[in-house]
Amino acid sequence: MIWDLHNHINGLPGATPDVHMENLIRFADRMGIERICVFMGYPFINEPTPEQLRAQNDQVLQALAHWSHRAFGFVYLSPQHLEFSLKEFDRCVRNGPMVGVKLWVARRASAPELDPIVEAAASMNAVIFQHTWHKTTGNLPGESEPADVAALAARHPGVPIICGHTGGEWETGIRAIRHLPDVYADVAGGDPTNGFVEMAVRELGARRVMYGSDSPGRGYASQLAKVMGADISEADRKLILGENLKRMMMPILQRKGIRV
Amino acid sequence: MIDVNVSLGPWPFRRFPGDTPSDLVARLKRRGVTEAWAGGFEGVFHRDTSAANARLARACETAGAGFLLPFGSVNPAAPGWREDLRRCHEVHHMRGIRLHPNYHGYKLSGAAFPDLLRAARDRKLIVQLALNMEDERSHHPLMRIPPLDPEPLPKALAEAPGVKLVVLNRMRAPAGEALAALARAGVHFDLAMIEGAGCVGDLMSVITPRRLLFGSHSPFQYFEAAVLKLKESAITGEDEAAILSGNARRLLQSE
Repeated sequence: MIWDLHNHINGLPGATPDVHMENLIRFADRMGIERICVFMGYPFINEPTPEQLRAQNDQVLQALAHWSHRAFGFVYLSPQHLEFSLKEFDRCVRNGPMVGVKLWVARRASAPELDPIVEAAASMNAVIFQHTWHKTTGNLPGESEPADVAALAARHPGVPIICGHTGGEWETGIRAIRHLPDVYADVAGGDPTNGFVEMAVRELGARRVMYGSDSPGRGYASQLAKVMGADISEADRKLILGENLKRMMMPILQRKGIRV
Repeated sequence: MIDVNVSLGPWPFRRFPGDTPSDLVARLKRRGVTEAWAGGFEGVFHRDTSAANARLARACETAGAGFLLPFGSVNPAAPGWREDLRRCHEVHHMRGIRLHPNYHGYKLSGAAFPDLLRAARDRKLIVQLALNMEDERSHHPLMRIPPLDPEPLPKALAEAPGVKLVVLNRMRAPAGEALAALARAGVHFDLAMIEGAGCVGDLMSVITPRRLLFGSHSPFQYFEAAVLKLKESAITGEDEAAILSGNARRLLQSE
């Protein structure tokens, strides 16, 4: 069973979200991926306005309309627009079909504005996914480091939070989150550098490591290779490829009556 | 299966699973590789490339005679590079060389690069040009390597007609018509660092599969990435066979 934590409907040809999804699923099918999590619409906007957030979430809702049997949606929120984001969470998650929250680069995860969003998500058992990177070339002003996720998680013990990309430069990222048992490592979105998954399993344990691709900007191929090619046990591989994500999502799926 | 892009030796900033020559050979063979063209990480970083190339040749002979084909590093910005080239060819009997311009500090627009291309061509050596080794966002902060501009490549090629050039680790550039023109001029490209869903299929919409080579960038990258890229793009039959080994075999045997 392969569930892919990290997908976008931006980057493949197509005039509508439905066509983007068709293209994405075509590649997922070739790789044996059963379910994909999708968030953010198009184009990518670093600091979206409330109107842009709503429009992008509408694109994802449209994409889910015909693909709810293959895809889960996460609502794209911004702590720059906290009041709106909490209402958008209610629209898309509490009262809508989405099951998670995506936070990107508008504001660092360590900022206090994140707290009400985390509390809202936790109240619904929604998955919380925060993009992070630790770039030698320099982060965007609001772009989180894994250390920002660690600071956020320390304020919300017991709430699972996914550290997107594990910082890209994963050796630093893994070290930044390893003392926080509720922070999970997303392996998506960087080069398939040998040793990433082995270190994550060694330092975090396989139950805190999750496969994601960041497709279509990254290929399913290069990202699956991180798990398929890793020197780990078959039991750990299964956890990373889907069992961990399914375990994290089951409370909200059950709450919403979504059968998998 | 011929993997045209593997490397031996230690990378300065991390160890990789399977990064000893014997372990790498065993892993590649387990995955169906029958021959691998091996450069050396020492050749990327060491100033004494002569010694690095000698160690590379010995390691290939010891750990994988007949399986690992050594591709020595030559730096045309360094004094005495012609002697390095001669030793690669005449002493170590290498079939090709590997270049790392951005790590060695020269541009493709200077005179040194076409000089080296001509000298290698005259010896019938394959020239592998590594455009990247890793995402620049992840470079060690004490050693940031500027990206290599491939734009001067057509002009340099025109100054060395007939050279057998293989571009390794292409990420996004060259692209479009520039990429197509290079392929028409006979340049080959490996798969190791191309990215995106269906990336091999996308590449084949621009250049013929006869110019594509299977390269994994092992052990730096997980070997499986290159294999799965073919699966993701549903590459099968003659195209798959050409990419996996036929094109490399033809390149190796061509005069």
